[in-house]
Amino acid sequence: MKYKKIYPQLLTLLFIILVFGFFTMNAQVNMGNRGIEFGFGFLSQEASFDIQFSLIDYDGSRSYGRAYLVGLLNTLLVSFIGIILSTILGIIIGVARLSPNYLINKTASFYVEFFRNVPLLLQIFFWYFAALRALPMPEDAPLLLGSSFMTIKGFYTIAPIWNNFDIFFIALILSIIIIFFFNRFAKKKQEEEGKQYPKFLISLGIFIFIPTATFFLGGVDLNWSFPELKQLAKTSFTFEGGLGIPPELIALTLALTLYTATFIAENVRAGIQGIGKGQKEAAASIGLTPSQVLKLVVMPQALRIIIPPTTNQYLNLTKNSSLAAAIAYPDLVLVFAGTAMMQTGRAIEIVGITMATYLTISLAISMFMNWYNKRIAIQEK
Amino acid sequence: MNNINFLKPNKENLNLFLVFGTLFFALGILDFCLNNFYEKNITSFLPGFISFFTPLIFGMIGLYLIRIEFSGIKILDELNKNINTNNFNAALSISIIILIIFGVAPLLNWFILDANFIGDSKEACTGGGACWVYIKVWFNRFIYGMYPNTEQWRVNATFIIVLVFMGLGYFFPLKYKKYLTFYYVIFLPIISFLLIYYLISGGEFGLEWVETGAWGGLSLTFIVSFFSLIFCFPIGMMLALGRRSNLTVIKYSSLSFIEFWRGVPLITVLFMSAVMFPMFLPDGTYVDKLIRVIVAITLFEAAYTAEVIRGGLQALPRGQYDAAKSLGMGYWRLHLLVILPQALKLVIPGIANTFLALVKDTPLIFVVGLLELVGMLNLAKTNPKWLGFSMEGYVFAGIIFWIICYSMSKYSQKLELKFKTDR
Repeated sequence: MKYKKIYPQLLTLLFIILVFGFFTMNAQVNMGNRGIEFGFGFLSQEASFDIQFSLIDYDGSRSYGRAYLVGLLNTLLVSFIGIILSTILGIIIGVARLSPNYLINKTASFYVEFFRNVPLLLQIFFWYFAALRALPMPEDAPLLLGSSFMTIKGFYTIAPIWNNFDIFFIALILSIIIIFFFNRFAKKKQEEEGKQYPKFLISLGIFIFIPTATFFLGGVDLNWSFPELKQLAKTSFTFEGGLGIPPELIALTLALTLYTATFIAENVRAGIQGIGKGQKEAAASIGLTPSQVLKLVVMPQALRIIIPPTTNQYLNLTKNSSLAAAIAYPDLVLVFAGTAMMQTGRAIEIVGITMATYLTISLAISMFMNWYNKRIAIQEK
Repeated sequence: MNNINFLKPNKENLNLFLVFGTLFFALGILDFCLNNFYEKNITSFLPGFISFFTPLIFGMIGLYLIRIEFSGIKILDELNKNINTNNFNAALSISIIILIIFGVAPLLNWFILDANFIGDSKEACTGGGACWVYIKVWFNRFIYGMYPNTEQWRVNATFIIVLVFMGLGYFFPLKYKKYLTFYYVIFLPIISFLLIYYLISGGEFGLEWVETGAWGGLSLTFIVSFFSLIFCFPIGMMLALGRRSNLTVIKYSSLSFIEFWRGVPLITVLFMSAVMFPMFLPDGTYVDKLIRVIVAITLFEAAYTAEVIRGGLQALPRGQYDAAKSLGMGYWRLHLLVILPQALKLVIPGIANTFLALVKDTPLIFVVGLLELVGMLNLAKTNPKWLGFSMEGYVFAGIIFWIICYSMSKYSQKLELKFKTDR
């Protein structure tokens, strides 16, 4: 009986060791033949290529390590924007699918059925090569809302120019901390004395008042920089000043948002439908108002169903953002696994680092999810 | 209050309210259409801001006037119940109607009314709408890629024969039903592989050899998804069983395998198969690009399939295991005869979703230079004779993928109902 348990394990172990050994041996021979030595020293070498769009200071004289950071930040940026927008859109569509209104219901399900059955890559190509290419050239672009331009070269809008931004930022964080403690205090008061504060209004007041006060007290100053048309050559125009969002980012965000929102919408719908009618009726029968029913009874239970699959969708979105490489948005895959690998030829190290990065993000989020699931799981007695 | 009460819709003046309500509603829609398609503003005497919202206001007044409960007219009651329960709903309904008119009319123009269907060169496209001539001229390329024109019957023949073999499963006599799984999991892949190897690839029996680099278009999409689908299912099943195994080594090796593939994007896996994998093979060995891609996609999707199947395994009550064990069944008999048939039935929707994801992921193989449908579109788009028709191409591909994926998901829903057993 004991051997029956040990043999399969030994065989598996042997198989794994053999496969890995075979690969490593070949890799060593191959790299030896090409005169490459395994190592990560190349990360500090000069990269000598430019990146179109970067959140931090970067130019060709920086190292490959810096280029990696630029790519990683770009990936995180597009994922972050995508997650926020797709959550908002997903919730709206998910609720709309439950609407008793026939038209709204059908429109929402048409949207879901349409966008989730078309490959994401095709959608990205569509937005980038077909839809955004139909926009006007910078010199012909109409003014939108008195400040912005939507052109073939991207979206140009006003950019804030801060004085003493750090003071404002500290005030913002401070106000959030105060709100947090105030809410705890209010909850405690309510539990002990039954006294209710208008929590939301007071929190909003704090959130607006403290940061605004820094404008008058802390010397914080805010100006807007407007995009202005500038002629480069006879027929070549561009915008200067303001905030320029490249079309690659717009196309990628649009496609990721529209695609992921369909899945989030389905999660939201399933979550709300999963709450029995009896729950709502029971809550109403003990005298809770409809908004209280939603806030205290339906939502806490629905979120328990909604959040785990939705986190999975966030993960998918982050991984799907690697399709950016197809339209030359400088994300981690394009910058590092693309350009940097072409230049250094270090396939194993670079693909390894890229995969490890995504793996770290995924594992971190799924570990957080497991912890969260345990925390919110129904405590059965 | 009494003097405005006559404005409240009531049943006594049903016809009057109906007429006025319909009138107002029609006026709103008319106003919108004139504004948008004929650039005539019939409400220009009003201030600009109000004039902009007149369609909505007129429509809402109209819907308010016809909101009469139990009117006795069936259509009206249905209408009120579905789109017109209160003012808020009415506003939403009107917005949606306006949005649909706003969206559908130009789309219809572009798709059909202004589109060009006849001709065989770019010059035939004169209208402002879509140029379907482009699709017509490039159709063979979109379906077969760079496969030589004269040899395309081989691709067709292969697909037809494989489809016939797949369909044969339906006509199995009841006596041989138990071999059906064997037929689909082992026999069919071998047959298809041999067909593709000898017929599409060629090189023997007097058929011209066509290298895999020339394969492409929609047929390549089918080939890649077909093989990945067939192989990822058994591998995923083994991984799922491995992950729930009591044996530590097997459990943790399956676990890390699954988590590894699930944690990385497919595009990096394809990168790996393209640039990193050759480094791991003995010097001089060459594995065909297409095979590397299929292996990469298979392993990637197998991890997802494994997680789906694990969900089904976990959902089965312990009693099933205990009952099977008490009959003296061993590990394999227990799983093959009792657990898996029930678990797989439970996870049909999940597996269908994984398969759909696989089909939708195939365009990514452009990374290694294989051009399936979307890749061919991008190639055609850069042809100097046919510049500027990317929209038509993407719409065409979108419709094809939509049909494939939508019918697959509908079919899975049907299967789910068919196999549903109440516990």
